[in-house]
Amino acid sequence: MNMSPDTILLLSILVPLAGVAGIVVTGRWPNLRETVSICTGVLLIYLVSTLYRLNGEGVQIGWISPDLLPGLSLSFQIEPLGLIFSLVASYLWLVTTVYAIGYMRGHGEENQTRFYACFAIAIAAAIGIAHSGNLFTLFIFYEALTLSTYPLVTHAGTEKAKLGGRTYLGILLTTSILFLLLAIIGTWYVTGTLDFQAGGVFDDSSKLAASILLPLYIFGIGKAAIMPFHRWLPAAMVAPTPVSALLHAVAVVKAGVFSVLKVCTYIFGFDMLAQLPITDFLLYLAGGSVIIASLVAMRQDNLKARLAYSTISQLSYITVGALLVSSSGALGGALHIAMHAFGKITLFFCAGAIMVAAHKTEISQMHGLGRRMPITMTAFFIGSLSIIGLPPCGGTWSKWYLMIGTIESEHWLLMVVLMASSLLNIAYLLPIPLKAFFYDNPEDKGRDPSIREAPLPSLIALCITALGCIVLFFYPQPLFDLASQFVEASRFYGR
Amino acid sequence: MIEHLPILQVIVPLLGAPFCLLVRVPRLVSRFALLVSTLTLLISCSLLQQVLKHQVIIYELGGWAAPWGIEYRIDYLNGYLLLLVSAMGAIVLVAAQSSIRRELPHNRHMVFYTSYLLCLTGLLGILATGDAFNVFVFLEISSLSSYTLIALGNDRRALTASYQYLIMGTIGATFIIIGVGLMYMMTGTLNMYDLAERLPQVHHSKTVLSAIGFFIVGVCLKLALFPLHLWLPNAYAFAPSVATAFLAATSTKVAVYVLIRFIFSVVGAEFVATVLPLQDIFVVLGISGIFAASVAAIYQLNIKRLFAYSSVAQIGYMILGLAIGTPLGLTATLLHLFNHALMKAALFLAIGGVFYRVGSAQLSHFAGLGKQMPWTMAAIVAGGLSLIGVPLTVGFVSKWYLILALLDKGWWPVTVLVLISSLLAVIYVWRIVEWVYFAPPRIILDEIKDPPLGQLVPIWLLVFANFYFGIDTSLTVGISELAAQTLFVISGVSP
Repeated sequence: MNMSPDTILLLSILVPLAGVAGIVVTGRWPNLRETVSICTGVLLIYLVSTLYRLNGEGVQIGWISPDLLPGLSLSFQIEPLGLIFSLVASYLWLVTTVYAIGYMRGHGEENQTRFYACFAIAIAAAIGIAHSGNLFTLFIFYEALTLSTYPLVTHAGTEKAKLGGRTYLGILLTTSILFLLLAIIGTWYVTGTLDFQAGGVFDDSSKLAASILLPLYIFGIGKAAIMPFHRWLPAAMVAPTPVSALLHAVAVVKAGVFSVLKVCTYIFGFDMLAQLPITDFLLYLAGGSVIIASLVAMRQDNLKARLAYSTISQLSYITVGALLVSSSGALGGALHIAMHAFGKITLFFCAGAIMVAAHKTEISQMHGLGRRMPITMTAFFIGSLSIIGLPPCGGTWSKWYLMIGTIESEHWLLMVVLMASSLLNIAYLLPIPLKAFFYDNPEDKGRDPSIREAPLPSLIALCITALGCIVLFFYPQPLFDLASQFVEASRFYGR
Repeated sequence: MIEHLPILQVIVPLLGAPFCLLVRVPRLVSRFALLVSTLTLLISCSLLQQVLKHQVIIYELGGWAAPWGIEYRIDYLNGYLLLLVSAMGAIVLVAAQSSIRRELPHNRHMVFYTSYLLCLTGLLGILATGDAFNVFVFLEISSLSSYTLIALGNDRRALTASYQYLIMGTIGATFIIIGVGLMYMMTGTLNMYDLAERLPQVHHSKTVLSAIGFFIVGVCLKLALFPLHLWLPNAYAFAPSVATAFLAATSTKVAVYVLIRFIFSVVGAEFVATVLPLQDIFVVLGISGIFAASVAAIYQLNIKRLFAYSSVAQIGYMILGLAIGTPLGLTATLLHLFNHALMKAALFLAIGGVFYRVGSAQLSHFAGLGKQMPWTMAAIVAGGLSLIGVPLTVGFVSKWYLILALLDKGWWPVTVLVLISSLLAVIYVWRIVEWVYFAPPRIILDEIKDPPLGQLVPIWLLVFANFYFGIDTSLTVGISELAAQTLFVISGVSP
């Protein structure tokens, strides 16, 4: 196909939206509807990969709309960090769709058309965030992502789901309207631009404004789930598992930390961050989030809740990376977007598989499950290793660089925090597969033969992502290249 | 012909009204009223076109020169609002065709259309005229006809609502006429622009001060500024659905216009800002109105009342923008005037659609309608999102300008309050969403489906406008800015 790069960029957002229309139209024929989903997913991967290839060839890709408000337009721009996010989101969307087919049918869920349609909107929004060229565009898609995932969270329609939905929407909209929007308008008022520029948009005279705006951004991007604005993520766990897997381990939360990274590097710039006293405060707040969320995770018996708190902790790793003001920190943060995504989605896939196949949600019920669901539990083991940051899994690299980042910037306390949190990760993740393999369930000694592996599509999906974790350890080069491009671009800008 | 447009704008609906009485046949009357209002819309379109070309159009009634004769003067401000009012008048009448047939008994149709056209006449007259006494006359025409419109409501409580409005409205009108009378006593003129020249000479007399006081309080009663809003919720709740849509979209907006016109073109913004404590009063009343009415809206069980309270809150925003006292603040007010009309017209027409099928606007009767009336409910959600101020909707544009103006003025605390208040909108909109989409349907009947196309098309036209003017803001922002700047120049304050 001969399309201009800019067209491909636009298509990367329009194709999932077109997919929504397709899904709604074919809603009556489930097989056809799922085919539409999968075809859209494949097409999106093709488009994003093409963008990746073009970016590698050094082609500048961007598109700017006519002004929406005077001086403000929709703007899309391809840059390395965004590509990491969009690559991860588009690949994992396809895998999740495959998984969801098995899960949703296995679970006999209702309103599946609404489910797949909202899913596609959410992906369009995530890609929009990844490719946005200014804060205004980012904000638009950020809100679209919140709103499109709400029906997914409340999918079950029960009282509990409604409550979860309220918390979800309440916190995400509150932070985004109260802090993020204020920060964006404040930035516009102070600097007169919202474009992402390498090196930041603030000059030295606006230091005071910048130190007011930085915390507004960090708290305003509620999707990064920094404490005390993290409650929405555990609340969102009432959603069907594919939603928790893709959106609340990948698309939504990564959109949050991606925005944090983007704001820190392209709106503030390392130089400005280094000068602001508030940066250190926020840094330690994020560090606190890392450790507290890990501690809370240890106390959760519900598997999805434990994974949710683990996500909160891992997200704060990335926020830490963004605020460290060191190139290794930013590099580690960028890599962790991808590495954590693969690890966590695997864990959620497994949690969902256990729920569908064995109808178990609590960790204490899972003893001995490994013998009946060996593939699932092996995948869970691999995913856990990746989250902890042990070889041979991808998570090793990102945590390595984050650790170096703390050393580079001489935040020794933070280094200890990150190490301690890794130990906690071991303590709350590894026992699950180990007990599943080596413990016997006293209540269930071969008496319940109905428990076996989850439906095939789900099984395939979780194997793919588990394999992904390992592949990323041996072959992290493409991601590494993108991440270092991103760091270079933000570091050596004109100074 | 073309030079007579300013008077035709008012005369056409004025002559149309008695003609409705003569025609009598319900079907013909409704078509005829639609024809008249379409004609009015065309006139206002071409008027606006001319205003954009010539800045100001002056029309002398009967050829009598200004201070003696009555003068109609169309500038950016009223050209823009004439278009808004006549457009709303026409669009609502399209929906009225089927809605009125269902809601009113046969013999009342003629009364409805007659008073509708009279109300339209009054509102357009207020906008077009440059004569202070004329404003009062048209205000009475529009008020008396809107009492009739409200009293036509099917519920018996409509009568008390109308009566309540009659009392309050009459007090307001009396205050206005006292104000106008006192000013006439001191200056001997009724022409607004003549008044503007002569008032400064007698500015500090107690008579003029009390004249201004009476006038402003009177107008604030008509525009339902908190705490003078008590007539509004009942009036909106019990009037026929289309009448509510029309009044909500136009009548308070026109009263806000009178206030702006009076402050800027007659008294002078400088005088109001320095001598009267109006700024403080408006800020306090605006903010407390926003909060009190939004909180009240949260607790309503009837959706029409809910949105009526929301209207009171939105008026708070307009008054707040006016209180800022900068061209940017006035721009925000003028934008919100237009944008809020679009939102509320869409919402009330959609509720009218529900009333058409379900026969009630109680929140509990909306249970499960998401599946039964998908298009109507989608319109309510879209209108609600616009009300919250989600990006790409008109609500976002208004909010953006209001916050920018507040920041520009340096009013940080007020900015935060405004942002918090938009979260209250989230709560009352989301209560509806939960009922509509996550509650089991109350009754399952085949006849509960989307209203006929005659209603659906205007509803979605307005929803489309909500998004269109949220994306292409050149018309609204452009004219609002021009109008605001001109007003500041007229009133002698250098912006």
